[in-house]
Amino acid sequence: MLKVNNIETWYDLIRALHGISFEVKQGDIVTLLGSNGAGKSTILKTIMRLLYDLKEEQPEKGTIEFMGERIDRKNTDEIVRMGISYVPEGREVFPELSVLENIMMGAYTRRDRKTIKDDIDHVFDHFPILKARKDQEAGHLSGGEQQMLAIGRALMSRPKLLMLDEPSLGLSPLLTRDIFTIIRDINQKDGVTILLVEQNVNMALKYANFAFMMENGRIVRAEKPEILREDEDVKEFYLGIAKETSVKGYQRYRRKVRFR
Amino acid sequence: MVEGLAIGACYGLFATAVVIIYKTSEVVNFAQGEMAMFSSFVAFHILSAYQYPFWLAFVITMLFSILLGILIEFLFLRPAKHPSILGMIVITLGAEMFLMGLASWKWGAEQKFFSLPLNPSVTYEPVKGMIITNWAIAVFAVTACIMLFLYIFFKFTRLGVAMRATQQNKHAAKIMGIRTERIFSFAWGFSSLIGAVAGMFFASRATLDPAFMMEPFLRAFAAAVLGGLMSIPGVIIGGALMGLIENFFGYFWPHWKPIIAFIVIILVLCLRPSGLFTKHYVKKV
Ligand SMILES: Nc1ncnc2c1ncn2[C@@H]1O[C@H](COP(=O)(O)OP(=O)(O)OP(=O)(O)O)[C@@H](O)[C@H]1O
Ligand SMILES: [Mg+2]
Repeated sequence: MLKVNNIETWYDLIRALHGISFEVKQGDIVTLLGSNGAGKSTILKTIMRLLYDLKEEQPEKGTIEFMGERIDRKNTDEIVRMGISYVPEGREVFPELSVLENIMMGAYTRRDRKTIKDDIDHVFDHFPILKARKDQEAGHLSGGEQQMLAIGRALMSRPKLLMLDEPSLGLSPLLTRDIFTIIRDINQKDGVTILLVEQNVNMALKYANFAFMMENGRIVRAEKPEILREDEDVKEFYLGIAKETSVKGYQRYRRKVRFR
Repeated sequence: MVEGLAIGACYGLFATAVVIIYKTSEVVNFAQGEMAMFSSFVAFHILSAYQYPFWLAFVITMLFSILLGILIEFLFLRPAKHPSILGMIVITLGAEMFLMGLASWKWGAEQKFFSLPLNPSVTYEPVKGMIITNWAIAVFAVTACIMLFLYIFFKFTRLGVAMRATQQNKHAAKIMGIRTERIFSFAWGFSSLIGAVAGMFFASRATLDPAFMMEPFLRAFAAAVLGGLMSIPGVIIGGALMGLIENFFGYFWPHWKPIIAFIVIILVLCLRPSGLFTKHYVKKV
């Protein structure tokens, strides 16, 4: 469904992505994992072509295909219309619009008023709390409620592919589990393919069908989550279940991923 | 008193134009006055050279002013991709000079008379001692209509809400599939139109020359600062206050009238930089 082929993205003179390739298959939940600054958010922004502002030619190299069509030179609004929806890191709701107006903005690319109504109800089914707060200003919602709003808003464009950047950021463990359950619902009941960027590796590996691990702008592993969860390195450095935590072990691991 | 309020309403109307651009582009558009001046000249030209009826000239001028706003945004602001605030101000100042030069070249610097189809000598006196001119009534009616329209537009239409969304978070607006460039063009066209209406009111009170919008712009800017540069109702109240203050000073200390706008700007910026009527939104992290 989404095919990323050897892309490079630069911030001025810093190369943030060093030739990334991966594929997301229809119907899957795919997760991108990696430490801070690995370039996960940069990948999503490149796909949405939000870095266009910084430089015309982003991604600098490589291609991105969605449903068999090249999108690496399309404008963001066309990409949204083609069926990709994006929940950015840090929610980014419209603070002074009401919850309902925020949700309506998610349907900006659509014209069919009647079905928009049904979809709003559908979003409220997923997130009943938003219904209770629908006339409140979004800026006055709690962080968790804003996250739900951002996801609900992203669903309003009827995406085929939903990309989420750290949906669990700053949420309590309980709420994180709720959000992940809803993400799974969206995937299984609504049939939306999901590309998930996460710091919460444990959770992400529980819910995903496939995982990519990143380091320094490169993809270093592509594996089924079951395998990664049993992997000693992953246990040690991402899940924090260490047999031996040592500087040496860490260096050994860095060497390993660097030469892959 | 009523006259002062009417002038205040004009300031408020013009300040609304300033605020619409400030809210979307985050720049104080110093060319605003000259954009209105230019549109008023176009109206004048159509009326005097072609002898069209007023309403037709009015409609053509409105269309022209929208195009002018879009064009200025496209030619002057769009090419500067990531300008600093100072850079933006310099750009709008440049646009101002450009328009002023163009108007002087086309129509000459001498003063012209521009009149609305209102007989200025018709006055009403509903209560004793309170004289209302025809002009004031027209100003109040037009301002009220525009305000009502703006309220409905920003509250209930898809495009209006999208404009507010873009102003609050441009990045997120893009993700929604909103073409933010178009929103900017639209805001400039819209603002230019409202400015042109106010400009014609000013021109019909005084005379028309390439510099006639300088002072009204300053006063409207003071009104906008008074209202907090952000909220449209705040700005209208700011405009009304400005008109009253000015009227008051003009009555008691006529010498001080021209600089009162500056004093207001400075006082507000020192005492309440966010304006008198704004509730300030603090971003939650
Ligand atoms: N606007 C920018 N200008 C310059 N460099 C940037 C910019 N945005 C990101 N970078 C750099 O690009 C690299 C990748 O950043 P990115 O935000 O993609 O990381 P990430 O994997 O999402 O990290 P995190 O988990 O902390 O969100 C980092 O080294 C960062 O410093
Ligand atoms: Mg990130």
